[in-house]
Amino acid sequence: MPKPLGLLLLSLLLVPEVWAATPEIPLVIKDHRFEPATVKVPANTKVMLVVENRDATPEEFESHDLHREKVIAGGKTAKILVGPLKPGTYKFFGEFHEATAQGAVIVE
Amino acid sequence: MLSALIIVFREVLEAALVIGIVCAATRGVRGRGVMVTLGVGAGIVGAVLVALGAERIAELAEGMGQELFNASILLTVVVMLGAHILWMSRHGEALARDAGRAGESVRTGEKPPRILAALVGLAVLREGSEVVLFLYGIAAGGATVGAMFAGSAAGVVLGALVGLALYSGLLTIPSRHLFAVSSALLILLAAGMAGQAAKFLIQADYLPALSYLWDTSWLVANDSVLGQVLATLVGYDAEPAGMQLLFYLAVIGVLVGGTWYVQRSRPRSGAAMTTV
Repeated sequence: MPKPLGLLLLSLLLVPEVWAATPEIPLVIKDHRFEPATVKVPANTKVMLVVENRDATPEEFESHDLHREKVIAGGKTAKILVGPLKPGTYKFFGEFHEATAQGAVIVE
Repeated sequence: MLSALIIVFREVLEAALVIGIVCAATRGVRGRGVMVTLGVGAGIVGAVLVALGAERIAELAEGMGQELFNASILLTVVVMLGAHILWMSRHGEALARDAGRAGESVRTGEKPPRILAALVGLAVLREGSEVVLFLYGIAAGGATVGAMFAGSAAGVVLGALVGLALYSGLLTIPSRHLFAVSSALLILLAAGMAGQAAKFLIQADYLPALSYLWDTSWLVANDSVLGQVLATLVGYDAEPAGMQLLFYLAVIGVLVGGTWYVQRSRPRSGAAMTTV
C-alpha cells in the first residue's frame, strides 16, 4: 500500500469521536434524482448526510436552507454535516440538474 | 439549454465582476491589460486542472477537502486583494492623475503588482472549475449536448457582458473619485469573500456557525440573479452565520484601517516607494 494512502487510512481511524457519534443519513443520487427525496432527522442533533452519486456525471448538492453546497463527482460519495436544526422542512437540490434533483430534510 | 445558460452565467458572473472592478481600479496602471489577460488564461487552465483533480481534492481532510480548498482559495484572494488595496491607496494619487490624461501614454513609473494576475487567476479558477465539471457532465450526458453547450456559451458571454457593463459604468466616474470608489468596492469584495470562506469552514465543521442571524430571503433570495450580484459585490447573504459576519467585519476593519494608515504615512514627494 502506498504510504500516503496508508496515512490517509490511519487518519480516518483517528477521526474525532464527535463524528463517530454523528448519525449517518444515507442518500442516493440516481438518474439526477434524490433517493429518498425526503429524509427525517431528529431536532437539535448534528447529522451526517452521506450522499452517494450513482450517476456517471457530477452533481452539486446545494441547500440554501441548510447553508450547504458541495460538488459530488460521478460515482462518488460525499459527507455533508448538518445541524443541529430546529424542527421544520429544509429543501435541498442538485444544482446541475435542478429540474429533477429536488429533496428535503424534515426535522422533527 | 436555459438551465445550462443560468448555471454557467452564475459561475462566470462572480469572476467577471471581480475582473471588472479590478480593471476599473487599476485604470492607468501600465501593463495591467497583460496582467489581467495572463490571469484569466492561467485561471482557465487552473480551472480545468482543479476539475480533473476534483475527486482527489474531495477525498482530502476526511472528506472535507473541497470545503478547505475553497476556503483556502478565497482567503488567499482576500489577502491578495488586501495587498492590492493597500498598494492602490499608496499610489492612488499618481494613478488618478495619470488616468485623467485621456489618450496620453501613462507615465506612472509604478509597475502593476504581479499580484493582480494571480488575483484574477484565482477568481477565474474557483468559479471556472465548477463550469468545467458541469460541462463535463453535459458532454457525458447524451441527446441535448449541442443545445446545452450553446446555452453554456451564452452564459459565458452574458456573464462577461455584465462584468464589462460594471467596468464601463465605473469608468464614467470622474478619475479623482474613481480610486476612492473602487477601493471601497474592492474592500467589500474582499469582505464578502472572507464571509464565503467562513461559510465553507463552518460547513467543514472547522468553525462554529455562531447561529444564523437573520433571514432576508423574502426580500432578495440567494439564488436570484440580484442575490448573486449582491453576494459578489457586497458579500450579501440572505441568512448569514454569525461567524460569517465576524469575518466580513474583520476584513472591512483591517482594510479600512490599513488604507487610512498607509495614506497618512505616505511620503509627500513619492520618493523611495515600496510596493506592498
